[in-house]
Amino acid sequence: MTERFIAFEGVRKSYDGKSYVVRGLDLDVARGEFLTLLGPSGSGKTTTLMMLAGFETPTHGSITLGGGRIERVPPHRRNIGVVFQNYALFPHMTVGENLAFPLKMRRMSKADVTQCVRHALDMVRMSSFEGRRPNQLSGGQQQRIALARALVFEPQLVLMDEPLGALDKQLREHMQLEIKHLHNRLGINVVYVTHDQSEALTMSDRVGVFNDGTLQQIASPHDLYEAPANPFVATFIGENNAIAGEVVELSNGTCRIKASDGSLISAIPGGGLKIGARTTLVLRPERISLAEDLAGANRFTAHVNELIYHGDHMRLRVTVCGCDDVRIKIPAGAGRTPQPGAHIDIGWAREDCRALAQS
Amino acid sequence: MAITLSDEVVRNAIDTAALTRRLRGLRRRSRIKALLLVAPLMLFLLSVFVLPIGLLLTRSVDNSDVSLALPNTATALSSWSSEHAPDEPLFAALAADLKASSRERVAEAAKRLNNYESGIRSSLLKTARTIRKAEAPYQPAFVEADPRWATPERWAALKQAMPRLTDFYLLAALDLQRDEMGRITGVAPENAVHLDVLIRTFVVSISVTLSCVLLGYPLAALMARSTGWVANTLLILVLLPFWTSLLVRTSAWVVLLQSRGIVNSALIWLGLLDPTQPLELIYNRAGVLIAMTHILLPFMVLPIYSVMKTIPPVYMRAASSLGAPPSSVFWRVYLPMSMPGVSAGGLLVFILALGYYITPALVGGPRDQMVSYFIAYYANQVTNWGMAAALSAILLVAVLVLYALYNRLIGIDRLRIG
Ligand SMILES: Nc1ncnc2c1ncn2[C@@H]1O[C@H](COP(=O)(O)OP(=O)(O)OP(=O)(O)O)[C@@H](O)[C@H]1O
Ligand SMILES: [Mg+2]
Repeated sequence: MTERFIAFEGVRKSYDGKSYVVRGLDLDVARGEFLTLLGPSGSGKTTTLMMLAGFETPTHGSITLGGGRIERVPPHRRNIGVVFQNYALFPHMTVGENLAFPLKMRRMSKADVTQCVRHALDMVRMSSFEGRRPNQLSGGQQQRIALARALVFEPQLVLMDEPLGALDKQLREHMQLEIKHLHNRLGINVVYVTHDQSEALTMSDRVGVFNDGTLQQIASPHDLYEAPANPFVATFIGENNAIAGEVVELSNGTCRIKASDGSLISAIPGGGLKIGARTTLVLRPERISLAEDLAGANRFTAHVNELIYHGDHMRLRVTVCGCDDVRIKIPAGAGRTPQPGAHIDIGWAREDCRALAQS
Repeated sequence: MAITLSDEVVRNAIDTAALTRRLRGLRRRSRIKALLLVAPLMLFLLSVFVLPIGLLLTRSVDNSDVSLALPNTATALSSWSSEHAPDEPLFAALAADLKASSRERVAEAAKRLNNYESGIRSSLLKTARTIRKAEAPYQPAFVEADPRWATPERWAALKQAMPRLTDFYLLAALDLQRDEMGRITGVAPENAVHLDVLIRTFVVSISVTLSCVLLGYPLAALMARSTGWVANTLLILVLLPFWTSLLVRTSAWVVLLQSRGIVNSALIWLGLLDPTQPLELIYNRAGVLIAMTHILLPFMVLPIYSVMKTIPPVYMRAASSLGAPPSSVFWRVYLPMSMPGVSAGGLLVFILALGYYITPALVGGPRDQMVSYFIAYYANQVTNWGMAAALSAILLVAVLVLYALYNRLIGIDRLRIG
């Protein structure tokens, strides 16, 4: 990580004076980083973002931006671009006037305003829409204008609160790429809020997973996916099987878990494990294989409960290791498909399976 | 991406003229459907509102009283001109009419004729009484009853009164008249009252509208911002005046504002005012403005409030995130977005104020009466329907002109009540 740009230290926030919706947030963001805050509804993502933008004040703790504390700086002096969930384009102004607004507020000369507006419109490929009103634009077009408006005054930091929530899937994916490209090109900081995990994984340098007002884990998409820190993250990011068990052996970098039906499983231990402790084993559906020539450390016989067709792949729901909801993902057309009621051999490598302390 | 056709492709693929025609057809069809939906209401309005008002307004140009009562005279006068002295056929025609028409008819006509020559009314009524008993030749009998029957001016006045339509009342409502040659001139200054009244009506209405905006806008903003019981209480307080009769509210202002009233007593008690010189707050312009502003305030507050309620706070946040200090957020975002409410409230209050009658009558002085007072005066006290209708017509036209102007400047489609 290079230079520290944003820092939350011990930030807590309460709206009603009774409970905290953000509790003890410590977070560092490097300059130029694309950080995504991901979490279920009501987990405090928007609140965190609004504290950064200056619309909410933290109850405790400090927030620094570029080295200076900003809790007492009013929003209009923070120089942070914000893209709101429903775009918040001013309906009484044309697209051009919307983009010119932040520049006029900065007392820029008329000629400069015109040029910057044109440049920003070019950037989002909306040059021919300058004279339209926001209600004459489609959702995706409004989204682009909102983006351009948050960028036109060249802030170092842009906050986006579920900016793509209202768009259909195809347009959303297209806009994800566009935002990502803009970020790479301009070298600005982005803090992005979403509860769509695939969006978080594809766009971000790092992802912070929120649950219930606390930051569960902050890591690169790869680490988050491959090495979740706790069962919440493991099940929230992508699909994971969770098998309950007890630690019976623990050595450096490996451990053995006894499942509820007595079978022993080799796994990689997460932090905070102790012998005899209850644990949750997490295992991705696509890492379980059916082939007969299994070389992995863990091999079991499973009972097939259900077979679900998904087009490009199929899912089996099986009972194994005392858990009756273990899902297995197999590519379509991969030989013979097991039928419900059958007993099959399955297995997975030790490296694909992590034992996480139960929180 | 396959799904987003570029505009270029779409534009080239479609024949624009055909498209425009088709769109217009579709729009017309939906407009006809909408019209059918409101047809019952339209019929109702037509029969109880538009028709009666239209009939009333025709009174402002209607002049058939005289020609209906004196049809023979009308025919005789059509071939007569004021260079000649009145001759026996004229007298005979008038005598026949006076004998044939009922007393009421003649009385109506006489009243009408008085507009053309003052004094003709009593003269005609007196003459009618003698002529009913007289025999031909009639001329001596007429001249005996009133020597003016021998003058051509008297007959010229009768001739002037014969056409069925007249602009007399409309001109009079604007302090204008026609002289003997038929040219339009101003009336004598001591008779010129109507223009003054019309101007006063507009000045009072504009002042009331402005003070309603100034007082109502902050109140509406406060209401829109508050939540829970505060918002409810404020709303009830604003609506409260609707639950009391207009007359009660106006009378309450009399109690409050009179020289020994609550306001003056309080000021004297506080030592802010010399007891021998209480403020003159009633029976003058100040009283009218205070009472009318109070009564019309809800009509300003409610439209503004309901528009403000629909402005999501995120716009204000967006503005300040873009670098706008609180004052700019207000002037450049909040005010323009609440403007439809302000203009709706303004139009409502202004038009209501134009027609105000009871309040100025009770709390105003003689120089504060508005045009409705005079319409009522002509209609109820002197039964001059022509004058009442003409003043109404002028008021209506003024409102329509203002409305058109408003539509040009602001656009009626931007007006929002809720
Ligand atoms: N203005 C407010 N007053 C009181 N409570 C609030 C306020 N705003 C948010 N909360 C509460 O704070 C908690 C966190 O809300 P927040 O908006 O940060 O969630 P979020 O993670 O953005 O959720 P979502 O994904 O649904 O947008 C929620 O329980 C919410 O009810
Ligand atoms: Mg949110």
